[in-house]
Amino acid sequence: MTESSQDDNIELLTYSEVENVEGFIGNFDVTIRKKARSVDMSKCTGCGECIQKCPTKVLSEFDMELGKRKAIYIPFAQAVPNVPVIDRDHCLKFTKNKCGVCQKVCPADAIDYEQKDELIELKVGAIILATGFSLFDWTVYEEYGGGRYKDVITGLHLERMLDTSGPTGGKLIRPSDGREAKQIVFVQCVGSRDEAKGMPYCSRICCMYTAKQTILVKDHIPDSQSYVFYIDIRAAGKNYEEFVKRAQRDSGTVYIRGRVSKIYDRGDKLIVQGSDTLSGERVEVEADLVVLATAVVPNPDAIQLAQMLNIPYDQYGFYTEAHPKLQPVESVTQGIFLTGSCQFPKDIPDSVATTGAAAVRACAVFAHDELTIEPKIAWVDQEKCSGCFNCMEVCPFDAIISEEVNGKLVARVRESICHGCGNCAATCRTKAVNVKGFSDEQIYAQIEAPFLEEEVEVA
Amino acid sequence: MPEILNREDIHTFKDLVLSLSGQDVSRCIQCGKCSSGCPIAYEMEHLPNQILRFIQLNMQHKALSSNTIWLCAVCETCTVRCPESIDIAGIMDALRKLCRERKVKPGDPKIAKFNEIFLDSIKKNGRVYELGLVMKYNMATAQPFKDATLGPAMFGKGKLRIPPDKVKDPSPVRASFNKAKTFIVSVLKD
Repeated sequence: MTESSQDDNIELLTYSEVENVEGFIGNFDVTIRKKARSVDMSKCTGCGECIQKCPTKVLSEFDMELGKRKAIYIPFAQAVPNVPVIDRDHCLKFTKNKCGVCQKVCPADAIDYEQKDELIELKVGAIILATGFSLFDWTVYEEYGGGRYKDVITGLHLERMLDTSGPTGGKLIRPSDGREAKQIVFVQCVGSRDEAKGMPYCSRICCMYTAKQTILVKDHIPDSQSYVFYIDIRAAGKNYEEFVKRAQRDSGTVYIRGRVSKIYDRGDKLIVQGSDTLSGERVEVEADLVVLATAVVPNPDAIQLAQMLNIPYDQYGFYTEAHPKLQPVESVTQGIFLTGSCQFPKDIPDSVATTGAAAVRACAVFAHDELTIEPKIAWVDQEKCSGCFNCMEVCPFDAIISEEVNGKLVARVRESICHGCGNCAATCRTKAVNVKGFSDEQIYAQIEAPFLEEEVEVA
Repeated sequence: MPEILNREDIHTFKDLVLSLSGQDVSRCIQCGKCSSGCPIAYEMEHLPNQILRFIQLNMQHKALSSNTIWLCAVCETCTVRCPESIDIAGIMDALRKLCRERKVKPGDPKIAKFNEIFLDSIKKNGRVYELGLVMKYNMATAQPFKDATLGPAMFGKGKLRIPPDKVKDPSPVRASFNKAKTFIVSVLKD
C-alpha cells in the first residue's frame, strides 16, 4: 500500500466511495465521494498528538470490538495514508459541539471541522473490482450459543488477539474474564457447506488459517492444546498439506473429523459436543475458548454495486466472471475486471495472482487505439425505428441509447457494450433491430435451404 | 457416554505407544488403507485405522479391550502399504503387551490364552513343545477334544512327539524374555 501511495502513476483515493458509474469500456465516467476526513491531508504530519489527547473512546471496528480506539483515529497501524480521520458519529465536537482538543493540540493546524464531502468526477478506461468479502453472521447457530457466550469467537477475533500490536498485546485471553485460554476448540465450516443455515459452498480459506492459528496458539502458550473439528481438510495448494501436517505433528493440534453439534456452558467452561467419525466415538471437550471459522460471504452492498456497474452476480452476490476457465478475471461487461474475494472466496496467493492478471487485462485495453470486438452484435435500422425504446428496456448491458436523427429520436446500439444476446431484436415491433449475421432474412434463408428443389453447387 | 478430551493427557497414549513400538501415531492421516487391505478386518470389532485413532485421541481402554489387537495375525500387509510408513502390525504388538501388562481383559480371551501358553512353552523349553501346547490350550479353553482326530495322523508322521522337546540350554531364551519384560516395565514406569 505504501508503495502504491508513493507511485507517480497511482492516485490513491482513501476514505472514498464510488457513487455512480456511467459509460462503457474506455469511456467510464465515475463519480466518487471523497468523504470528509475532517483532517487536512496536505498539512497533517501523522504525529498522532490528536489521537493521544482525544478523550472519546469507541470500540474499535478493526480490532473486532475487542479493544478501543479514539474518536479521531487511524484504523490500524499500517494504514495508508498515515493520516487520522474523525468519526463524526462519536466525536464530541460533532455530537455536542464541545471539546475541540484535537484542533488545539495539532501542531500542523490540520484539523478542519468544517470539511465537506467532495464529489470527484473521473474519466477512466477500465475498472478493477477488489471489494472483498464479509463474514457470515454465525449467530443463527443457536446450538453454538447464538452469540450468548463471550468466549465463542470467530477466527478474525483470534487473529486480532494473536497480533502483538493488537487489542490484547498478543495475549490469548478469554473475552469473558481475561484469563489465559489453555484449551481451545476450533470449529470449521460455520456457515460453509451448510445448506440449511448457511452457504452451500466451501469458503476455501478457513482450513489453512485455522492450521496457522493453532500453530501460533501453541507458540504463544506452550502448554495449550488446540482441537479442530472439521468435515474435510481442504489443503489444496503449494505446501498446504505439509503445513497442516506440521500443525498436527509439531504443534500437537488434535483434528477431529466431525461437525460440532452443540456448545454450552458449564461453570466458566464451554462444553463442545461433537463426534469423531474416524473412531466412531462421541467426544466432548471442555474448552476455555471456542473459535469459529465463519463462512466467507459477499459484502452486504455487493449487489448494489453490481447493479451500478451493470455486471452479473451469482445467487449469493459474488461477481460472475465472463468465463470460469478462459476469462476468470473479466466480468461479462467489457472493461470491468474482477479480483479477490468479491468474485468467490480466495486466499492471499490466489488474490495476488488474480490481481496481477486483472491489472494486465486492464492494461491490454489501453495497448491499442481501437477495440476489437465480436462481430455478432445488434444494429438498428434507424429509418425503420419508431422510437418506442422497448429495446432499451430489455437490454441487459445498457448498450442501447437514444439519439436524434433527422429530427426523430431513434435507438442506437453502442457497439463496444453490446454482446449480441438478441433480446432487442426479439422485442422490436418494427423489426428495426437485428443481430448481425442473424437477421430475419438470413434465418429464413437457412430454414429454406434444405427444401430447395434445385441443387446448389457448393464451391 | 462421550469420551472427554483433555489437554493434560490427550497425547499420553500416543507417546506411550511411541516409546513401546517406536511408531509415531500422530503421523497417521486416517486414510484407511490399513483397514482396506487387512485380511482379518471382517472379524474385527474395530478396524485397524480405528485402533490408531483411539491411540491418537487417548482412548486407551477402547484400544486395549478391542478384539482387533488379538485378531491381528501380524501379516504386516498394513505396515507394507501404509503411506506414512507406520508399522501398524508393530503397534498391535505393543498394544497386546500393554493389555497383558495392565491386566486388561483381552478382547479375544482364547487368542490371548494361546499366546500366553505358546510363550510359556518357549520360555520353559527354549522352543515350542507342541503336544503340551495343544493340551494346555484345549484344557484352558474348555474344549478338551478339539482337533483330537488330527492327532493320530500327526503322530504317525512324526509331527507330534510325546516327551517335551527341549533345547540343550534354554537360558539365553529365558534371558531374552527377561530383557523384554524389563523393557516394557521401564517404559511403563516412565
